[in-house]
Amino acid sequence: MTATTTRTSRDARTSREPLLQVRDLSVTFRRSGEEPFHAVSGVSFDVQPGQTVGLVGESGCGKSVTSLAIMGLLPKRGNTVTGEAVFEGTDLLKLSPKQMRDRRGRDVAMIFQDPLSSLNPVVPIGRQVTEVMERHQGLSRKEAEPKARELLDKVGIPDPSRRLKEYPHQLSGGMRQRALIAMALACAPRLLIADEPTTALDVTIQAQILTLLKDLVQDSDTALIMITHDLGVVAGLCDEVNVLYGGRIVERADRHDLFARPRHPYTHGLLASIPRLDSARGERLNPVPGSVADNLPWDHACAFAPRCSNAVEACRTTQPELERIEGGVETPRLLRCHNPISEEA
Amino acid sequence: MTPLNRKKERLDGLAASTAAPAAGQAGGVDVMDPVDPVGEAGAVRDAEGVSLLASAWRRLRRNPMFIIGAVLVALFILVAVFAPLLAPHAPDDRPLIGQISASTNPIPKAQDGFPLGGDEKGRDLLSRLIYGSRQTLIVGVLATLGGLAGGVTLGTLAGAFGGWVDSVVMRVVDVLLSLPSILLAITIASLASQPSQWTVIVAIAIVQVPVFARLLRGSMLAQRSSDHVLAARSLGVKRSAIVFRHMLPNSLGPVFVQSTLALSVSIIEAAALSFLGLGNPDDSKAEWGQMLGAAQNLFDLYPHIAFWPAACIVVVSLGFTLMGESMREALDPKSRR
Repeated sequence: MTATTTRTSRDARTSREPLLQVRDLSVTFRRSGEEPFHAVSGVSFDVQPGQTVGLVGESGCGKSVTSLAIMGLLPKRGNTVTGEAVFEGTDLLKLSPKQMRDRRGRDVAMIFQDPLSSLNPVVPIGRQVTEVMERHQGLSRKEAEPKARELLDKVGIPDPSRRLKEYPHQLSGGMRQRALIAMALACAPRLLIADEPTTALDVTIQAQILTLLKDLVQDSDTALIMITHDLGVVAGLCDEVNVLYGGRIVERADRHDLFARPRHPYTHGLLASIPRLDSARGERLNPVPGSVADNLPWDHACAFAPRCSNAVEACRTTQPELERIEGGVETPRLLRCHNPISEEA
Repeated sequence: MTPLNRKKERLDGLAASTAAPAAGQAGGVDVMDPVDPVGEAGAVRDAEGVSLLASAWRRLRRNPMFIIGAVLVALFILVAVFAPLLAPHAPDDRPLIGQISASTNPIPKAQDGFPLGGDEKGRDLLSRLIYGSRQTLIVGVLATLGGLAGGVTLGTLAGAFGGWVDSVVMRVVDVLLSLPSILLAITIASLASQPSQWTVIVAIAIVQVPVFARLLRGSMLAQRSSDHVLAARSLGVKRSAIVFRHMLPNSLGPVFVQSTLALSVSIIEAAALSFLGLGNPDDSKAEWGQMLGAAQNLFDLYPHIAFWPAACIVVVSLGFTLMGESMREALDPKSRR
């Protein structure tokens, strides 16, 4: 029932202009005396208003770098960002630092992984929320305070009047993440980037935070980019999923398609590596073998080839292109693979 | 058997203390309900829910080093504040002038009403020691505050801007640090045409600046790459607010601890400058370093007139050092738990 309603509402959305268009985004880190490292190359995706897009991959695949590049938060020196990130008609990557500062928090906001270290330990929670409103909405501290209280209430913090005056160390992990979400939502941004928002939390709290994010996004028509390595999060939240490997998108699909019929061997490996409750006792887990350190350079091979069970000769000699493939009801399916998993599998 | 019981009692106490706020906050709602946000509040006072300061204070209270230091410092401050009530005579009063004869009895002996005897001008030694604490406190505190203000300014500049500002400020600091501090203080103090209490304060303050600047700059740099500064930047918070609300307050801890240690250094250096005659030439207000300097000529025959001011200097600076060191230990996250 809910599936049909979200689908119809999304159909209406797809006709609109995308909120964010990322085109050919590449980030290269340079260090003197070392080969330049391509953390992200040629990443393109769209985010519609109200849509939730997942960026999935293991550590070091470039998902956090992608988000930091869009936010303009990468360090000034030692890296080159190319491509476009067009947000409502303006390329965020071409804005001056000052213009970007005015947009961050107002139009685009971000939630980080570790809620304790992402909060200022010496400033009360309420002050940290009002600070953002004062900055972007020109409110005085007095005007902002009732709004902050409302906001804390909205993100599910009980007794907000008291919590406003408390310091981060006085809050539990889940509360801290809620406070961080409240800060990010303070100015009702149209795009929210969540960088592994549940990694530092225990499982029951994870579920609460994800539900909260889902509700907030649906209520306010905010677009959400969800960065995660946790496919469970993807299954519960994302409309469209981009799987990243070695700084490139290797597969894109609607979440239903992705879970039902993964085509890229890496996606398949990620799904197969999830331990299942109904598997036979004593059965071994199925990790993706090897590590990112085994990667081949993308220029003349598939980076995943050394770890891939489906690898053929071509995988080690030519780079696979990201191509449109059959299937995909709403989201066109894209795949970067010479020898994909067959559809029946 | 007994230690086991005691351990059990302590555990029970702990359990009770953590359970109590949980029950209070849950307000009768089932704490185990995982989706209920109120249940989540129950876990608020966990192990790390105790603030850094509170846990540091708890460890300090049990540290004998800190207690000894704090008692010495408290005594010193009380004596300085209540000097007019405690001292039997004014510091420039000369009740024993009649007993002095240059050849046979240059220093009046201890006697009724004068437990430590007099000094070379017939003044009561004990009263002068008591009044001396005032000068020492004033010089120590003002010099440290001056050094703190200068150091915080330079350190904030360097840590907030980075780049060439950082390089310039830190090279200046390096130059100042490369000179022995007492030598630098003597040089600065001797530049003044008329030595006074203030030249001593300014000289010592300048010597303290680089220590504070370097310390603050280090912790500012650490803050600059911290998660919460990144989070604040991701919300578009202005640079000035990031520096003054997010970086500076989180960097000041070690600086404040250092200032306790700096107090002891200031006191010793102030005494040294006065001893060398670079302090206030007027000896009507007693000052320990000055008294030590005046005692030089008669030290061979009357060591006690040098011993008492020296002992005061040592004990007071020891008090500040013990306090500062134990505070630094308690606040050091590496030594926690």
